[in-house]
Amino acid sequence: MNQLKNFTKGFIRENPVFALFLGLCPTLGVTTTAINGMGMGLATTFVLLMANIVVSLIKNFIPDKVRIPSFIVIIASFVTIVELTMQAYLPDLFETLGLFIPLIVVNCLVLGRAEAFASKNKLLSSAVDGLGMGLGFTFALTLLGSVREILGSGSIFGLKFIEGDGMLIFILSPGAFIALGYLIVIINKLSRKGA
Amino acid sequence: MEYIIIIISAIFVNNIVLNKFLGICPFIGVSARLETAMGMSGAVLFVMTIATLVTYLIQNYILVPFGIGFMQTITFILVIATLVQLVEIILKKVSPSLYQALGIFLPLITTNCAVLGVAIMAGQQDLNLMESIVFAIANSIGFGLALILFSGLREQLELAEVPGPMRGVPIAFIVAGLLAMAFMGFAGIV
Repeated sequence: MNQLKNFTKGFIRENPVFALFLGLCPTLGVTTTAINGMGMGLATTFVLLMANIVVSLIKNFIPDKVRIPSFIVIIASFVTIVELTMQAYLPDLFETLGLFIPLIVVNCLVLGRAEAFASKNKLLSSAVDGLGMGLGFTFALTLLGSVREILGSGSIFGLKFIEGDGMLIFILSPGAFIALGYLIVIINKLSRKGA
Repeated sequence: MEYIIIIISAIFVNNIVLNKFLGICPFIGVSARLETAMGMSGAVLFVMTIATLVTYLIQNYILVPFGIGFMQTITFILVIATLVQLVEIILKKVSPSLYQALGIFLPLITTNCAVLGVAIMAGQQDLNLMESIVFAIANSIGFGLALILFSGLREQLELAEVPGPMRGVPIAFIVAGLLAMAFMGFAGIV
């Protein structure tokens, strides 16, 4: 029961994007389509899960003073694994996500969870936390990507349902800010009503 | 001429915050007041320029000759983290007044993706040493410009009557979107 709560908190209540405002650069940068958002989310989930597992395993061996640099090296190693794997098997997605793959290293969400959760908790809870937060992040990115894709090009997951172009502004950079702003407004409104 | 194109492109056309979405965390986080925005911009200008210079040298004289380009991400982030510490220590000793002004922003810069992003982009675009430095300075000016403009807007927002669920961050995003729209007017200059 406790683990379940730990797992689901990342979806709405402590959603990294909508509630904690972490990891905003990739959130805005790659969500031109739902697929891109999902790919980025899953890549981040993998890094988050693995980093949380490793950090929680070795937390007792790391001197407190070099904690943060050690975490960064662990995260950077997993990011490099994702980078090389994606380049080999998913070259198209790698091309679109581009710069944002190496930038998972400086995603405050990953370091934040390692520091705030995995360095204080046992292996299982840390893994569950990493997976839950990662999937919450994926959910947020896919949602934002879908909204932008529907409004901007009249398609979803690449399936076109409107003839011609959509509102191009949502594919361009201003649309990213505006779409995310309104999504947060809607979530604020809904969650306040529920409370 | 080449340099002018790099500068105008980095500041206005491909603004690092509003167009490339790098450094959004400080853009939202420290832009509530004009003074902190200026402090952050100064610190970024400082660190980004030095970081790009150092990573350029590492990339071209260590990683490429030894064929270990895949180590780029790990090396760059460690170099930036170390550099930030170093800058902090030196600044504390050499110029306490500057340290007072920039001090609290320096640790935050390690996780500012704009710094790592610019270092990687300079490599991808095959810029030479001088061009990389100009690129870094121009990008940090672009970052500062966006941050300072945005903090001015947010100070005005404080006084506005914003509907309940939109207060705080959501309205900031929507205003940032409008600012990005204004910057789109620069598209096509270079």
